[in-house]
Amino acid sequence: MTETALGTAPPRRPPRSLTQRLAIAFRRSEALRGYSLLSPTLVVMALSMCAPLIMMVVMSFWSQTGFEFDTTLSLKNYSEAFSSPIYEALLLRTLKISGACALATVLISYPMAYYVAFHVHRRKILWIILMTLPFWTSYLLRVFAWKVVLGFNGAINSGLKVLGLIDQPLEFLLYSQDAVVITLAHAWAAFAVLPIYVSLEKIDRSLLEASADLGNGPAATFFRVTLPLSLPGVMAAMLLIFIPTVGDFVTPALVGGPDGLMMANIIQAQFGKVNNWPLGAALAISMMFIVAIISLLYVWISRQVAERFL
Amino acid sequence: MSGDEAYIHIDHVTKRFGDVVAVNDVDIRISRGEFFSLLGASGCGKTTLLRMLAGFEMPDVGEIYIDDSAISGVPPHRRPTNMVFQSYAIFPHLNVRRNIAFGLRREKLSKEETAKRVDEALALVKLQGFGDRRSHELSGGQRQRIALARALICRPKVLLLDEPLGALDKKLREEMQLELRALQQSLGITFIFVTHDQEEAMTLSDRIAVMSGGKALQIAPPKVLYNEPVNVEVAEFIGQMNFIDATVSERTGNGAVLDTAGLGRIGAPAKADFVREGAKVVAAIRPEKLTLSDRPQEGQAFSVEGAIATAAYLGDRSHFYVAVEGCAKPVAVATQETQISQDRLLTEGARVWLSWNEQSVILLERN
Amino acid sequence: MSRSTTFGGTNRTLMVYAVLYLAFLYGPVLLLPLFSFNDSIYVAFPLKGFTTQWYEEMLSNEPMHAALLNSIKVGTVTSVIATVLGALGAKAVTRYRIPGVKPVVGVISLPLVVPGIILGVALLILLTRSGIPLTLVTVTLGHVLLCVPFAMVTLIASFDGFDKSMEEAAADLGDNVLWSFWRVTLPIIFPGILASLLLCFTISFDEFIMAFFLAGTEPTLPIFIYSQLRFPQKLPGVLAMGACILVVSFVVVFLSQWLRRRNLGVPVNGGV
Repeated sequence: MTETALGTAPPRRPPRSLTQRLAIAFRRSEALRGYSLLSPTLVVMALSMCAPLIMMVVMSFWSQTGFEFDTTLSLKNYSEAFSSPIYEALLLRTLKISGACALATVLISYPMAYYVAFHVHRRKILWIILMTLPFWTSYLLRVFAWKVVLGFNGAINSGLKVLGLIDQPLEFLLYSQDAVVITLAHAWAAFAVLPIYVSLEKIDRSLLEASADLGNGPAATFFRVTLPLSLPGVMAAMLLIFIPTVGDFVTPALVGGPDGLMMANIIQAQFGKVNNWPLGAALAISMMFIVAIISLLYVWISRQVAERFL
Repeated sequence: MSGDEAYIHIDHVTKRFGDVVAVNDVDIRISRGEFFSLLGASGCGKTTLLRMLAGFEMPDVGEIYIDDSAISGVPPHRRPTNMVFQSYAIFPHLNVRRNIAFGLRREKLSKEETAKRVDEALALVKLQGFGDRRSHELSGGQRQRIALARALICRPKVLLLDEPLGALDKKLREEMQLELRALQQSLGITFIFVTHDQEEAMTLSDRIAVMSGGKALQIAPPKVLYNEPVNVEVAEFIGQMNFIDATVSERTGNGAVLDTAGLGRIGAPAKADFVREGAKVVAAIRPEKLTLSDRPQEGQAFSVEGAIATAAYLGDRSHFYVAVEGCAKPVAVATQETQISQDRLLTEGARVWLSWNEQSVILLERN
Repeated sequence: MSRSTTFGGTNRTLMVYAVLYLAFLYGPVLLLPLFSFNDSIYVAFPLKGFTTQWYEEMLSNEPMHAALLNSIKVGTVTSVIATVLGALGAKAVTRYRIPGVKPVVGVISLPLVVPGIILGVALLILLTRSGIPLTLVTVTLGHVLLCVPFAMVTLIASFDGFDKSMEEAAADLGDNVLWSFWRVTLPIIFPGILASLLLCFTISFDEFIMAFFLAGTEPTLPIFIYSQLRFPQKLPGVLAMGACILVVSFVVVFLSQWLRRRNLGVPVNGGV
C-alpha cells in the first residue's frame, strides 16, 4: 500500500476495568441487546403460557374427589377420554364442524378478498377496514345476533311469516349443527379474509399480464396463475380458523342445541357443574394434541401438494 | 498532507457478520483536516467501516483511535463524530430549525444562543429562511443540506458522510461537490466521505482509500492512484484503462523489455520486484496516453496499426476502440476534440496507427 | 388493471357479491340496534313500534353499570400493559438482528391460535392451585396475554414504516437510548401506539371466554350479558346495551385501524 509514514505512535491503550469490558461486550453483541429489550415481553408471555400449561398437564394425571384433588398420578382420565364412545363421537363432530366452518369461511371470503385486491382502486383501505371490522367487535354479541336471526320466533322465521312465505316457523334453523357452522363461519369470515387478501395483493400484476400475453383468457389466467399463487394464503387461513373454532363453546351453547354440542362444552362443564377438573384437563390436552397432529399433517400435506403441482 | 500524527487511526480492524467478512484487517491513518474518501463498489465494506467510526457497529478485531483516544467502547452519542446519513434522516415531526438544533440539547444553551447557532448553520448551507419548513416540504438537495447543517452545528472533530450525494441528479451533485469541498476547506474539519463514484472521490479528496472485498487496496492521493495504481483492480476501478498481457523478456536497470499480446515488443519503466525475466505481467496504458494518426509517428517510441471498431463522440472529447491484431480486446483511445484534424480518422473501419510514449506504460502483477 | 386479465365475469358480478358479503357480515349484527328500539320483549318481526324504554331501563340497571365499570377498568389496564410489552417486542424485533427471531415471534403469537378455552382453563388451574383468588386482576392477566400479539403486530408495522437511521441520527447527535426514544421514536410512532391502545382496549372489553373462566365475583360486561341471555324479559335491555357497545366498538376500532396506518407525517405502506 502506498502511504506516507506518519511517525511512530506512542502506546496509547489504557487498561479497561471489568465493568467497562462487560459494557463493551454487551454493546458488541447486537443479539444480546436485542434480547434484553425483548426479554420483558418474552418472559411474561412464555411464563404465562408455559406455567399454566404445565400445571394443566400435571393435573390431568390427578383425580377429583369431591372438592379435593387426589394427587396420585394415574392415567385414568386419559383412558376415559380415549375409550368412551361419547367423547369420541363428540370429538369427531367437533372436528367435522370446525372443518366445515373453515372450508365454508374460506370459500365465501375468497371472492370478497379477490374483489378488493383486484377491482378496488380507490380507498382500498376503507374496504379493508370494512371487511375486517366485525372481527374486532364483541364475539358474544355476534353469536347472539345469529340466535336472534335463526330462532323459532327469530328474524328469518318471523320475516318469512310476515311476507306470507311460510305458515309454520322453520324449525331446522336453530339448534343444529348447521346453525353452528353458519354462525361460526360468519364470526370468522372477517378473520379469514385478511390472509387471503394479503396473498392476492402480493401477486405481481405483471405475471397476470404475461399470462394474458401468452394467450390465456381471464378464466385460464385465474386458474393457472392467480389461484395457485394465492393458495398459501388460503391454506393459512383455513388453519387459522380451524384451530380456534375447535375450542369454541359459546356458539354451540347458544345456537347448537343438544345436536350441536361440541367438545369445548363438555370441557367447560368439567370446570363448572360437573366439577371434574382433572378430567377436564385431560380432555383439553387430548383435544389440543389431536388438533396439533391434524395441523401438522395438514401443513405437511399442503407442502407436498405445493411442491408437486405448483 | 500535513506532517501531523495520525488524527484518526483505524488500527487493523476486522468486522464479521456471520460468515461474511465485511471489513478485513484494514489499517488506515488519516490526518487532521483531511478530506478522506472511502471508495469502492457496494459490498466492499466502506459503509461498515464508516459505521464503526460512528459507533453503530463495533469491530471484532482491532481498535479505532480518534485524537489519541480509543473509541470502540464509546457509544455513538458520546463520540466526537457526527454523521450525514445516506437517507438524510430528517425528523418528520420537527421543523427545520428544531432538526438542526437537535444535537444542542446537551449543551443547555439559552433560547437566544440556540437561535443564533441555528441561524449560523442555515447560512453555512445557504438555506436561510427555510427554518419553519418541514421535511416533506423540502427537496432532496435541501434535505441533504439540512442534514449537513444539523451535523456541523455540533462542531464535531470528524464529519462522516455516507454517500450523501447519491440520490441527487448529476448537475446538483456536481454543484454540491464543489460546495462540500469549499465548506471543508473553510471549516478545517476532517471529513470522511463514502462513495462508489470514483469521479466524485477524485474531485473531492485529499486522499482516497480504494476498497474491495473488505480490504483497502490502495490509500493515496488521487494523482497517485491514477498514475501509479498498485494493482489491476485499482487501475480498473479508477478511470478507464487498457490492459495487455505481456511477458518480461529483459530487465534493465530502471526498465524492462516486454513481449506483448498484440502490441509487439515494447519497453516500459519498471521498479518493482515482480518484474523479472520470464515473469508474466500486465501492461497498462491510459486511453488518453495513446494518440491516433494515419501513419506511424516519429518521436513517439512505439506504434502499431489497427482498425477503428467503434467511435463515440462525446462533445469535448472522443473515444475510439481500435481493434489491433493479437489484442484480446479493442484498445481504448481517448482524444481531445482539438487533436482530430482528419475526417478520415473518425470513420469506423478506418485503418489507423496508435502511438504512445514508453513512460506511459504501467506494469502490474498478473493474477 | 386491464379488464382482460381479471376473473369473475365483469366487475359487476363481483361487486354485487361484495355488497352481499358485507350485508351478510353486518346484517345480523345490525339487527340488534334495530330491535333495541322495538316495543316488544320478543325479538321477532313484525316490528311493534318505536320505544326508548329499553334504553331507559339500561340506564337504571345498577348491576350492568358495575359490570360496565369493571370492563372499562380491565380494558384500560390491559391496553396499557399490552401496548408497552408490544412496543418493546416490536422495537427489538425490527431494529436488532436477533438469532431465532422467528421462533420467538411464534411463541409470542401463540395466543392468537390457541383456543381461548385452553388458555383460560390452564390459567384457571394454575391460579387456583397457587391459591391466587380470581378477581379482575386475573382477568387482566388473561387479557394481557391475548392482546400482546395484537399490540406487537400493530407496532411492528409502525416501526417498519419509518427509517431506522432516524434513531441512529438521534444517537449520533447525542441522545442515549432513552432520550432518543422520547424525542424521536415516540413522536413518530405515536399514532401506532394510540392504535394499539384502542385495539387492545376493544379486544379486552369484548372478550368473553377467558373472562368467563378467570373472573371471580365481579363480572365483566360480556359475562353479565351472558348471564342475562336466559331471561326473556331482560332481553331487550341486553339488546340496548349490545347496540351501544357495537356502535362504540365500531367507532373505536375504525379509528384504531385508520391510525395504525399512519406514522406522523407519512402514511405507512405495505402492511395491511
